[in-house]
Amino acid sequence: MAHTEVNHGTGEVAKPQTKRIWQVFMILSAVTALEFIIALGFDWPHGLKAAIFIGMTIVKAFYIVADFMHLKHEVKVLIWSIILPMLFVAWLLLALLLEGDYMLN
Amino acid sequence: MAHNTVTLDQPGSEIQAEIANSPLRVSYGKLMMWFFLLSDAFTFSALLVTYGLIRYSHPAYDPEIHGAVFQFSTTYWPLPEYVFAGVPFLHGIHLPLVFVGIMTFILILSSVTMVLAVEAGHRMDQADVEKWMLWTILGGIAFLSCQAWEWTHFILGEGQGTVVKDFVNGQWVEKNVIGAGLKENQYGPPAFADLFFFITGFHGTHVFSGVLLNILIFYNTTVGVYARRGHYEMVEKVGLYWHFVDLVWVFVFTFFYLI
Repeated sequence: MAHTEVNHGTGEVAKPQTKRIWQVFMILSAVTALEFIIALGFDWPHGLKAAIFIGMTIVKAFYIVADFMHLKHEVKVLIWSIILPMLFVAWLLLALLLEGDYMLN
Repeated sequence: MAHNTVTLDQPGSEIQAEIANSPLRVSYGKLMMWFFLLSDAFTFSALLVTYGLIRYSHPAYDPEIHGAVFQFSTTYWPLPEYVFAGVPFLHGIHLPLVFVGIMTFILILSSVTMVLAVEAGHRMDQADVEKWMLWTILGGIAFLSCQAWEWTHFILGEGQGTVVKDFVNGQWVEKNVIGAGLKENQYGPPAFADLFFFITGFHGTHVFSGVLLNILIFYNTTVGVYARRGHYEMVEKVGLYWHFVDLVWVFVFTFFYLI
């Protein structure tokens, strides 16, 4: 079980490259903190707040998917295979927000 | 098994060949994990769209109509910062969204430790993979424990309760309800609690299965399965799942607790 024997001949473990990971962590924490401040500290109209929160959520989702899930570094076809179907969901959401009213009347 | 000296000498070269020959430059397993997560994203999208539709088909709280001081009522949708305002050991103190904030932070942090485990796997550093997987498992268990407390708090309720009108045997009866069940709750329309149970419950189930997968990966790492295999791709695949669980929480947090 000695793990030195599996390091492809070099016999040494490479230094961790974690700068970017902590950078993304700081961004995610900062955006979440900002969401809290806006949710509790400001008396803005509901629609404006909702728009800001959705925008910030998309920012967080971008960093999680692009960096943590590494999608940024995959080939373009794979990126689009994942993003394109989700864009249709976004379309559904937008359509419901803009025209969903008719369903209730 | 191919009698190729290169393959025999270097464990892990097999998967490198698979990736190089794949049109999308990922292994089969990883590609299937991506498409599973895409289908799972559809499920969660459907749940959140349902939440939006049901929520906006109920009247919203309006200080000019319903009174300047917010009170729970079955006639309008509750404001989440009044429902989720409890923190363990600080009973009765109004701390809006603080506990959910702690849960969000725990999950983001456990996502970070998961990327660190994946990074350690790239370097074939077994000790580091073990360390970061263990932190990720602890983060997952911490999140589930928080959710258990939140559900208990939500179900048992707090304060005086709310008068709920119920249609029993052909006539309307009024009764005082404290806490929440599937049929009625003290916070607002019945659908509010139902959606809370379904959406956070479905997400919690994902966290739970994620913790089980993480424990499995941790065990395999400690007994050297991936070291012998020559690559830690299983850590990456389960890592994708774990980040997805975090991603879903980011959306649940926004749509259920903030808006």
